[in-house]
Amino acid sequence: MPSDTVRAPRTAGRRRSPTAPPRSFLWTRRIFLTALAGFVLLPVYVMLSSSLKPLEDVSGAFRWLPSELTVRPYLDIWHTVPLARYFTNSLIVAGSATLCSVTVAVFAAYAVSRYQFRGKRIFTVTVLSTQMFPGILFLLPLFLIYVNIGNSTGVALYGSRGGLILTYLTFSLPFSIWMLTGYFASVPRELDEAAYVDGCGPLGALFRVVVPAALPGIIAVAVYAFMTAWGEVLFASVMTNDTTRTLSVGLQGYATQNDVYWNQVMAASLVVSVPVVAGFLLLQRYLVAGLTAGAVK
Amino acid sequence: MRTVARLRRAGLPYLLLLPALLLELLVHLVPMVIGIVMSFKDLTQLFLGNWGAAPWKGLGNYRVTVDVDAPVGATLLHSFVVTCAFSVLTVGLCWLLGTAAAIFLQENFRGRGLLRAVFLTPYALPIYAAVITWAFMFQRDNGLVNHVLHDQLHLTDGRPFWLLGDNSFLALLVVAVWKTWPFAFLVVMAALQNIPKDLYEAAALDGAGMVRQIRRITLPSLRPINQVLVLVLFLWSFNDFNTPYVLFGKAAPEAADLLSIHIYQSSFVTWNFGTGSAMSVLLLLFLLVVTAGYLLATSRGRKHADA
Repeated sequence: MPSDTVRAPRTAGRRRSPTAPPRSFLWTRRIFLTALAGFVLLPVYVMLSSSLKPLEDVSGAFRWLPSELTVRPYLDIWHTVPLARYFTNSLIVAGSATLCSVTVAVFAAYAVSRYQFRGKRIFTVTVLSTQMFPGILFLLPLFLIYVNIGNSTGVALYGSRGGLILTYLTFSLPFSIWMLTGYFASVPRELDEAAYVDGCGPLGALFRVVVPAALPGIIAVAVYAFMTAWGEVLFASVMTNDTTRTLSVGLQGYATQNDVYWNQVMAASLVVSVPVVAGFLLLQRYLVAGLTAGAVK
Repeated sequence: MRTVARLRRAGLPYLLLLPALLLELLVHLVPMVIGIVMSFKDLTQLFLGNWGAAPWKGLGNYRVTVDVDAPVGATLLHSFVVTCAFSVLTVGLCWLLGTAAAIFLQENFRGRGLLRAVFLTPYALPIYAAVITWAFMFQRDNGLVNHVLHDQLHLTDGRPFWLLGDNSFLALLVVAVWKTWPFAFLVVMAALQNIPKDLYEAAALDGAGMVRQIRRITLPSLRPINQVLVLVLFLWSFNDFNTPYVLFGKAAPEAADLLSIHIYQSSFVTWNFGTGSAMSVLLLLFLLVVTAGYLLATSRGRKHADA
């Protein structure tokens, strides 16, 4: 940050700048931040170290270090449960829900950020408020609807990936509309007007000017929507069957009658975390900016 | 031609909204209406496949759920109290940790970027993967928590159960705070960047110490954002399903029986969808009232501050 470089260098001489924090503050900071980092990283360490342990190590008393390092859990996870299938299901469901909600939200957010029209307030308030509703509120009726449609028409929505994707829109759609409206509002109107002068229609202005200008935001929204869908448990636990099960439910399969393969559970947890953590780290900057812009407004 | 063009222009926003409107109708409005209708029906498993045939029950489901002398109402009330305590504690702790961490990271120092990334990890991990890890750590015989508390520090008598009995509330709270506080951190950190640096410099020249600066400048500047943050955190923890479900399974221990899981249990384990829907409608009403009251109170506070 530029303002920090302007400040007098803290190391120079005995005289400390008046804004330099006192030593007690520095110590408090050091202790607090170390403790907090320990708290945050503890499960990550457990996940990583346990995933490299033989089964004896995770069945007996906890050990900080593996008695021997092994990658067996990483090979076994694919056979103990059909992890690859769960992976595919999660990819399809989270990917489709993301694609659908972001596409629909691009149009809606454009309308809300660029036009005045009757019912605009009702629309935005509805979209905003559905985000605060408990998921269980939508789960019960959607379950009932799916079962009844299946019974009367034979269309198997219940247990199908399509049905699950639709339920995921209950949270990813309002979220995408809300965030994209914020991003589009930050694209200057002058850009649209320039596009109109160049002969673009409203859709031309949207796709040639607004979407490219807000592209980092759109990607951030997509990543966030994907992450949320990837981690969803409530709908997945009800709306899936053996073939459509997603990772969030499938990971419970490592617990058998006699034993829980904790080393495999940890290995699988790590494997399913990699795609979203990578995406998050890559897009951290945009995500943070977008989330906070949404929250601050 | 002109009027056609004008009509098309006036209709354009609606055309753009059409897909969103249709989907909103499909996934929010219709289910909500059906959910309300369900709550007035005697919807047991017999009628799940043909819900239209379920007999009407009037306010019966609501009477059962609010009758605190009968088992259904008593457990619901208990679950409500647990959820309130859980939410208040989660929000408080998350706010405290998030604000403290953001203030400590406000200034640039070596390792700041790394710490920021570290603090956001719980936010990036898929919820169930993280919560499963916590469930492993809380295992009685092979978990890290008992190993540290009992084997290494000798703080506990024997190895307590963390995922059963009264301890489960504590376990749930720790996990919920662990995965939620980074959001508070993120939001507060962004808000801190909007506070002008010269405010601090002026205060420092006037002889105000660090603590005083935080109390007089930082915290008051955070007030508007805190109001939004607290509300969002509250709604999240009040509706939390993922954490207890992954930590405890379909039936949470009594001490950690959050409303979402309670309603889930009443609906999908005992298959009484009528009372389940009545409970979720009541939950929604409660959240609406709290939110409206909160928004009203905070906006009035703001007006007072402006006057």
